[in-house]
Amino acid sequence: MTTTSGSGGRIPPALRTEALEQLLTERGLIDPKAMNEIITEYETNVGPLNGAKVVARAWTDPQSRQRLLEDGTAAIKEMGFSGRQGEHIVVVENTATTHNVVVCTLCSCYPWPVLGLPPSWYKDPAYRSRMVREPRAVLAEMGLELAGDVQITVRDSTSEVRWMVLPERPAGTEHLTEEELVPLVTRDAMVGVAKVKAP
Amino acid sequence: MESIADMGGTRGWGPAHPPSGDEPVFEQGWQGRAFALTLLSVWVSGQNIDAFRHAQERLGRAAYLDDGYFGRWLNASELMLTDSAILAPGAIDARARNLTGEDVEEPPIPAPARPDYAPTARGSLRIVDNAPAFSVGERVRAKDISPAGHTRLPGYLRGHAGVVELIQPAAVLPDTNAHFQGENPQYVYSVGFGSRELWGADAEPFSVTAELFESYLEKAS
Repeated sequence: MTTTSGSGGRIPPALRTEALEQLLTERGLIDPKAMNEIITEYETNVGPLNGAKVVARAWTDPQSRQRLLEDGTAAIKEMGFSGRQGEHIVVVENTATTHNVVVCTLCSCYPWPVLGLPPSWYKDPAYRSRMVREPRAVLAEMGLELAGDVQITVRDSTSEVRWMVLPERPAGTEHLTEEELVPLVTRDAMVGVAKVKAP
Repeated sequence: MESIADMGGTRGWGPAHPPSGDEPVFEQGWQGRAFALTLLSVWVSGQNIDAFRHAQERLGRAAYLDDGYFGRWLNASELMLTDSAILAPGAIDARARNLTGEDVEEPPIPAPARPDYAPTARGSLRIVDNAPAFSVGERVRAKDISPAGHTRLPGYLRGHAGVVELIQPAAVLPDTNAHFQGENPQYVYSVGFGSRELWGADAEPFSVTAELFESYLEKAS
């Protein structure tokens, strides 16, 4: 495979991307409109706000919570979220004593319909390599210190099954409504590298 | 296959990065375009998501790492498109150089050679007639194998024993689907492994679960 030019300098990826786009569009193999639609979709519609709505619903409605934990894919679809990388989503709950954290050691598999595309730290080799070897240390480096008696389960996403964490609802939020809870729920908490904080 | 992509448990990558609050989906414009081009290239090349992951596995270290996640998507797209003879090897670089004002000859367009392949259904989930070979709570071992082609059995789990925690829906086997050698649908198991089984007595206490295809597993005594 060629990733360096004959003149010895490496061709920047932006330029190679432009070249590929030209080569495929000038032969009618792809439609630039379809490309733009995909980009807009993932920049605006598919992101962690979707997951935050799922979490806030589960926190405020026990039946929704139970359904989400029993059949994540269906419960999430009922809230209007489905599509690529969401064929089978399993939701696991974090509590004061059990902590789940999601990784993909082989590539960067991630539940796009509820969390959008993965953030840079999730795709980083340090995260991918070390989370299955020393999760407590990795979480601490990322800013989450867990008590010694908390049981950690790392979920390595090696098939098309996608994992989402239902974070623990923070104390002091009992009076908040579903709509008020949504903005508290972070992407990081739904992957398991952070906890949700009360406002 | 042994690949840079199989990162679980490997050393030398430095510290983890604390999450930053508001990172854009695509930090640079080309990344969004490479992302969309890749989704479309899987289709244009007549391949599938497993072949795409295998294309990433086949990248050299620089092609995998140097331009990050979307750089490796771009490079894997090039590999799929040249494998299916949609593009000639070197076509992208020649065009890229011409875009900068050089005047290099571009390779002729080859006769497309898409794989002789069609999925039996959309997506990866399939219905199978047989019952699962393993049950929840059963002790199983990940086979100690090194397939020459694509696999989703991470190196760090091979040869290690764990317990079946969940039986997931049957799905297309990536090992054959990536090579257009059939879907071989089979059950997938979420298997839990203890950290000391994987990393020895000094490991932090925790467990890892991974989704393993039925043919990756054997009964553990």
